[in-house]
Amino acid sequence: MAASSAIRTNSGAPAGGGWGVAQLTVRYGRRPALQDVDLDLPRGQIIAVVGGDGAGKSTLLRALAGVVRPTAGRIRRPPARRIGYVSAAAGVYHDLTAAQNLTFAGSAYGLCGAALRARAAQLLAATELAPAADRLAGQLSGGMRQKLAFAMAVLHRPDLLILDEPTTGVDPVSRAELWRLVAGQAAAGAAVLFSTTYIDEAERAAFVLVLESGRTLLQGPPASLTAALPGAVFALPAEAATARPAPDRSWRRGGVWHIWAPDGVVPASAHPLAADLSDAVIVAALAARAEVA
Amino acid sequence: MWAIVIKEFRQLRRDRRTLAMLFMLPFLFLIVFGYAASFDVKQVRTMVVGPGAPLVAHLLPPQLDVVAVHPSDGRAQAVQALRRSEAVVALVLPATPGAAPQVLIDGTELFAARTAVTAISQLRSGAAQTSAGPGVSSAATALVTRMQAPDILFNPQLKTSVIMIPGLCGIILVFVGTVATALGVVRERQSGTLEQLAVMPFRAWQVFLGKIAPYLLIAAIDMVLVVVAGLLLFGVPFRGSVFTFALGAGLFLFVTLGIGVLISTVSQTQGQAMQLAMMTLLPQILLSGLLFPLYSMAAGVRWISYVLPLTYFVKVARAVMVKGAPIASLWFPLFMLAALGALVFGLSVLRFRRDLTPAGHDAAADEG
Repeated sequence: MAASSAIRTNSGAPAGGGWGVAQLTVRYGRRPALQDVDLDLPRGQIIAVVGGDGAGKSTLLRALAGVVRPTAGRIRRPPARRIGYVSAAAGVYHDLTAAQNLTFAGSAYGLCGAALRARAAQLLAATELAPAADRLAGQLSGGMRQKLAFAMAVLHRPDLLILDEPTTGVDPVSRAELWRLVAGQAAAGAAVLFSTTYIDEAERAAFVLVLESGRTLLQGPPASLTAALPGAVFALPAEAATARPAPDRSWRRGGVWHIWAPDGVVPASAHPLAADLSDAVIVAALAARAEVA
Repeated sequence: MWAIVIKEFRQLRRDRRTLAMLFMLPFLFLIVFGYAASFDVKQVRTMVVGPGAPLVAHLLPPQLDVVAVHPSDGRAQAVQALRRSEAVVALVLPATPGAAPQVLIDGTELFAARTAVTAISQLRSGAAQTSAGPGVSSAATALVTRMQAPDILFNPQLKTSVIMIPGLCGIILVFVGTVATALGVVRERQSGTLEQLAVMPFRAWQVFLGKIAPYLLIAAIDMVLVVVAGLLLFGVPFRGSVFTFALGAGLFLFVTLGIGVLISTVSQTQGQAMQLAMMTLLPQILLSGLLFPLYSMAAGVRWISYVLPLTYFVKVARAVMVKGAPIASLWFPLFMLAALGALVFGLSVLRFRRDLTPAGHDAAADEG
């Protein structure tokens, strides 16, 4: 990575020994999609990959799943039969019922007979899809389809679970249910890697990797990232500002302008803020851009 | 309105395949209907057998193009030669003096047979202009004008359905093999499930075979139904070996499935796959000899026919079903189907494998 242009917090990096990537670079033709990315995925932990559109999140997940060939670097992953993957498109068969989708996924991973039926029933119950077991996946709601995709991915109790934006377009109730299921997988010992554009979801993770334009912008446990935020962030009520304050260092959250003070000096008229992960990510992006400029 | 026109042109400019189709189809139709779409047969491949064959061969009109002369052969050998498609017409000269020569015509070559019937009729009535030179004996001339009415073999009534049904089996195999397979595979890609399959612990060949096996089975059932319907409803004969027919159909299916998978590997949407499938289907229907006889086509266009798999399947299907041709006489079309199959299927497997396992499950990765 262009390490000099990224704020990187390694102090809380998960210990090695699990799966992960080292100096991973992926190019699509001449266009770099990922550049020198490092990430460890210890068992039993949930790791979040955050970034905007085109940041390289899906490429990282797909490279780990074995769908994308890395241009350079190393990937450490379990064998295919021990990976569970939910792609951004969910990857369920719309013209099969929920139960048939599960049966197919189970068969693919070598489950059969009573063991497959029992596991499928268990997951249908856990995902609250049992009443919809005989409905075509194409007729399920977006949230139900995501839960079905999740159930298909964990049917074989994978060691590494990769979820590409599993909650995008999913209603808040279904999101909460999905996160309960994801947490269950980590508790059962799987390494869980998911991508998201929702910072509040990333805050649930043990470790966060923030990507921008294919490069690591920030990485570490959420608490470390917010603690390591350079300078200070303060708040200014929107109604108190006639125009956008400090255009290259401010962002609006609800009715409040958040303003980054790189030197840590907060004006007397402003309220200092306890920055959260969202602030830390925005500050990192602003800092990187300022450095490039 | 101009906004819509400009938008449409911009979209078209980026949709290269549609653009290619819009420009290529008229060109294709121009070639087909200008150079290939002809039922006129100017010359019919003819063999002359029996005593005096070399002399009589010179007396035949230009429509009967003599390709073989065998003075020592008789009717039985001539029938076998027609069965093996070595000629369309056989003039069998009598071994006993005073007997009338026989004319055998291969009825599976519908348009050539009609041309031959006309030429023979004219010859019998003495109206035909022969190529006889000054040295030809009057006895030979008398022999020709004494010949019997033509005996049309294999398809005595020159029924179109008899030769169309075997070819129709080929169209069905193309449709199921190419169109359905391409759409089936692309549907996986479009819905994102192909990526899911790539991550699952399947080997590429397992996915490949798993995807095409159902279409193989459906195509086989379709083909049996069409053959049985042809036999029962249209009275199409099945005179040859079922094994030879199945071998030809299997090899042909091998090619069509390969084309289907190949199309799927270069298509992102079912619409694109359908476009490409149609672009492979149309030339096969028009230029394979199914509708228009190959020998009526301009030589430049005929070469296109020779790289189309349906051309060879039509030959095999007609020869086996209608003429009862032995496998030995069909080695060339069978070989061509096998060669085209190996080429297309090999390419499709390679491309499919590359699409499905771009990273493999071990390339540049350590697996625990």
